[in-house]
Amino acid sequence: MHEDPLRVYAGPGVYAGMVGRRQFLRAGMTGLLAISLPRWAVARPSLEEAIRTFTGGANVLDGRVRLDLPPLVENGNAVGVTIVAESPMTEDDHVRRIAVFNEKNPEANVAVFHLGARSGRAMVSTRIRLATSQVVVAVAEMSDGSFWSSRASAIVTLAACIEDLS
Amino acid sequence: MARALVNVPKVARQGEVVEIKAMIAHPMETGYRSGPNGSNIPRDIIRRFTCTYNGEEVFSADLFPAVSANPFIAFTLVATTSGTIDFTWSDDAGKTQTASADITVN
Repeated sequence: MHEDPLRVYAGPGVYAGMVGRRQFLRAGMTGLLAISLPRWAVARPSLEEAIRTFTGGANVLDGRVRLDLPPLVENGNAVGVTIVAESPMTEDDHVRRIAVFNEKNPEANVAVFHLGARSGRAMVSTRIRLATSQVVVAVAEMSDGSFWSSRASAIVTLAACIEDLS
Repeated sequence: MARALVNVPKVARQGEVVEIKAMIAHPMETGYRSGPNGSNIPRDIIRRFTCTYNGEEVFSADLFPAVSANPFIAFTLVATTSGTIDFTWSDDAGKTQTASADITVN
């Protein structure tokens, strides 16, 4: 007869499969740590990981993209950004996508814009949220499959996202 | 769903690059904030924005919680033929809002 491998008899009232006191405490402390951290602080891909996911591991070169971001932001809830990529925007040579990433928000992605030859100019403006002073990166994917990027940093005095309503 | 505002020039020359501005009233709730009773406010954002020119998609955007409330997007298009430019926003709940503008190309 086979015995349950986790339940080997090791003495009166003690089973090898039981959780020991130290193990129990360790598990408890890890659990407490996980609870005390805000939900978003647990797992967020880094800036580099997020860019790698977007590019599919392709090499990202500096240049051909300009990211306009105010260096000093008073209200992180609405930060105007403009991304301009140098491209003739013809059927053969145009910008396919422009993505914006941040360094320290709860999520690394900000937005992905899909453009084409009919855009005429590779220029996009929007308003974004910045949770704290950080670096923002814009990556442009050209129709030939190359990736170009530009980064800018901003100092944020009033943060977005993290304030509560209470 | 909400009020949308688009800005498209009424008249353009053939081949001219025109600037389009689109904005929609939407809270863009990130899902990272907590309410007065300490519970999380569920996420509610606009996920996707598309722009079609006479039925053909010419511009689109995937938005994430880091886009501000009342998302504003400005971009450019080449004025090819007279017609309508349609805008569509769709949010987490699957609701969509549309707006359209006519452009005359001469």
